Amino acid sequence: MKSASIIMIVGSALLLGLFIFPLWSISLEAPQYPSGIGMNIHLDGLQGKEKHDLQNIDGLNHYIGMRKLPKPEEMWEFSVFPKVVGGMALLGIFIGLLGLFKGISPNWFLTWLIIMCVLGILGMYDFNAWMVDYGTNLDPKAIMKMTDADGNPLSYKPPLFGTKHILNFVAHSYPHTGAYMMGFGMFLTFIAYIVGNKKRKTNQA
Amino acid sequence: MNKIGKYVLGIAALIFMTNCGNNNSNSNSGAMSSSKAEKVYVAPGEHDEYYAFFSGGYSGNITVAGLPSGRMLKEIPVFSQFPTSGYGYSEETKAMLNTSFGFVPWGDAHHPDISQTNGELDGRWIFINENNTPRIARVSLATFETEEIIELPNSAGNHASSFVTENTEYIVAGTRFAVPNPQRDMPISDMKGEFKGPLSFVSIAENGRMNLEFQLNMPGFNYDLAHPGRNKSHGWFFFTSYNTEEANTLMEVNASQNDKDYVAAVNWKKIVDYVKNGGGKKAPGTYAHNVYDDKTHMATSTMKEGVTMVDPREVEGAVFYIPIPKSPHGCDVDPSGQFIIGSGKLSTDLSVYDFDKMITAIENKDFVDDSYGIPVLSYENTLAGVVTQPGLGPLHTEFDGQGNAYTTFFISSEVVKWSLETFEVLDRQPTFYSVGHLMIPGGNSRKPFGKYLVAMNKITKDRYLPTGPELEHSAQLYDISGDKMELLSDFPTHGEPHYAAGIRADVIKDKSKKYYELSENEHPYAAKSEAEAKVTRNGNEVHINMTTIRSHFAPDNIEGIKVGDKVYFHITNLEQDFDVPHGFSIIGANTSEILVMPGQTKSIVWEPKREGVWPFYCTDFCSALHQEMQGYVRVSGKNSNVPLKYTLDE
Repeated sequence: MKSASIIMIVGSALLLGLFIFPLWSISLEAPQYPSGIGMNIHLDGLQGKEKHDLQNIDGLNHYIGMRKLPKPEEMWEFSVFPKVVGGMALLGIFIGLLGLFKGISPNWFLTWLIIMCVLGILGMYDFNAWMVDYGTNLDPKAIMKMTDADGNPLSYKPPLFGTKHILNFVAHSYPHTGAYMMGFGMFLTFIAYIVGNKKRKTNQA
Repeated sequence: MNKIGKYVLGIAALIFMTNCGNNNSNSNSGAMSSSKAEKVYVAPGEHDEYYAFFSGGYSGNITVAGLPSGRMLKEIPVFSQFPTSGYGYSEETKAMLNTSFGFVPWGDAHHPDISQTNGELDGRWIFINENNTPRIARVSLATFETEEIIELPNSAGNHASSFVTENTEYIVAGTRFAVPNPQRDMPISDMKGEFKGPLSFVSIAENGRMNLEFQLNMPGFNYDLAHPGRNKSHGWFFFTSYNTEEANTLMEVNASQNDKDYVAAVNWKKIVDYVKNGGGKKAPGTYAHNVYDDKTHMATSTMKEGVTMVDPREVEGAVFYIPIPKSPHGCDVDPSGQFIIGSGKLSTDLSVYDFDKMITAIENKDFVDDSYGIPVLSYENTLAGVVTQPGLGPLHTEFDGQGNAYTTFFISSEVVKWSLETFEVLDRQPTFYSVGHLMIPGGNSRKPFGKYLVAMNKITKDRYLPTGPELEHSAQLYDISGDKMELLSDFPTHGEPHYAAGIRADVIKDKSKKYYELSENEHPYAAKSEAEAKVTRNGNEVHINMTTIRSHFAPDNIEGIKVGDKVYFHITNLEQDFDVPHGFSIIGANTSEILVMPGQTKSIVWEPKREGVWPFYCTDFCSALHQEMQGYVRVSGKNSNVPLKYTLDE
């Protein structure tokens, strides 16, 4: 049980990486931007890859009538997400400590992981919904009103995950370091559950 | 060169014709040509290996080219107004061209030189001199903008300039046209002994600021070119002079009579100490000192008065003359500092002086003469050797750092490679035509990059498609990495490049600024956001603090301007991205447009003369909606009551 609990503590502590490293990365490529332009999504707000990238993305977006990128105080997510992630990390560490000193059941580890997965899916859903709104809810006075082959207004929504052509840009949307740390951490908590379970079964046998 | 009459050109043409028959290197074909093409080919999107900064001569500016391609990258305005950017026209930069004679819109830029640390190019700044209204400018190699110009009083024809000592301690300026010092009304024919040729020493501070420390009041010969000692000869400066005859008319004949003129050897460290200990006399001299600040984006001009004048005879062991044959021009010091090469431009030989021998001669007081109280050293006893009959009309020498020197010959129109060990000629290549200066990147330092040589030719004739009587000058690029020089390409250069300075691109390219931080903009009329844009009236003076961002001005409709107003447009470019300038111009403005870099503020004045509604627009194709980037100013009669109003999207 000892090693399982330590793995649980390490795994959930890896969530704290999100307070340092970005969760997601969206980068844009076009010939006029030889060194690229893009932003990193952190738990508590957006950050340009280069100093003035956010302003420059807004500058580009104004042609197609997209709103300006949100400041931290303009989206509840940027104040709630840090609390949720921080809370879950502390909870995971706490459960791990209980495992270490009180020998609670590894099922608690699994429960934590399931809650984390549900929260993760909700987070992704929310993120996607924001991008849909941001990419389709356009200023009716937009300078350029583009339509697809069927005459429907073009959506400028970046992909949730992957690469997509948007007008003259190629947009890449992928997880960043913080997300990888979280993913690996969650995987570790699953390992903690398996290891803990095995130990318990051998102990019981 | 100007002193050499047209008959010389005739000789040049003759010699060239004979040369042409012997050495027809122009008609290589097949495999050879394609390998030459590869050597100068820089693939699309790739960068050149070297920056080359060409003086513009009578353009007053510097042009920047890449080597080996020869592609022109930029023209940096220095001493001349430049409508492309508004330099010298904008309210902020007019002060850069201020002098003790008032505003001078033009200059004659000659010799660029890059700052050095420990004798190697450090790529902080490039300096360049102005010949006509004696000045030195300092250009930042981070912004490629002129940051400072200092005028040199009591001088005329600042040609022997702007050469930098090996730790950028000092930069020198000379006097090519001896003049009364101080200036006064006197008969020209009384010049002998009365005219002077002051040499100016300008110190460079850590932040680049220039200060005129002292002037060395030399006898009135024409000080033509200079180079600092380096390595072992660091602490000395060498100047060539002609017209030791002190002739004042028909100079081409009368200044060519003496068999020998002089190289002046100046121990500047001694004079610096002398001045620091209170030596020298305060002398009159009014000069402008203009400084551009890239935070306020404005230049200020300060008129200064007085200079420390040093009599060379009063500083023991500091100034000597060395005889040199036939009206010398170039004066070059090899990377080791051992050899000083003087080129008598009417001579067929090159005189190479030995620094150690010079020092010994000074110690032994081995003087053959005295000229106005300045000891003259013996020619023979300071000579390291003579390069005999290398060509006709030697001008300038540069070095490859591999023990070789390369000298240009104006009259015989060629570059000659010779050995610093044996003084033997190793190779010669024709130039097209009549080469003046040559440049090896880093050639004026302890560590030349001995790969390419650029010859700057004075005569272009038929080298390119004809463009009427007036032609751009022509440069030629040689590969000097092998035993023999190989002519790779021709490319036209702007104005008259007298000299150039080259540096490996990687020393400066990553430090090149991409835009100015808007948050650091301290211009008093900057509008750092559209919310800060405003129009204010003070009597008949109206200040419009206007912003630009793709693709509109704010405000873009202005009413309440009256005929007779003096309207200042202060344009702040809100962009914070690389290469997104916006321009501004308005119909009826009696000045140039301005091109405003991201984060920068620039201003022009407009004095509306007629009632009406007058458009202004962005002059730089900034974006897809550049054509829409425009606005209107309503101008009403002098006594109208139209209220001041400024709007955007109302």
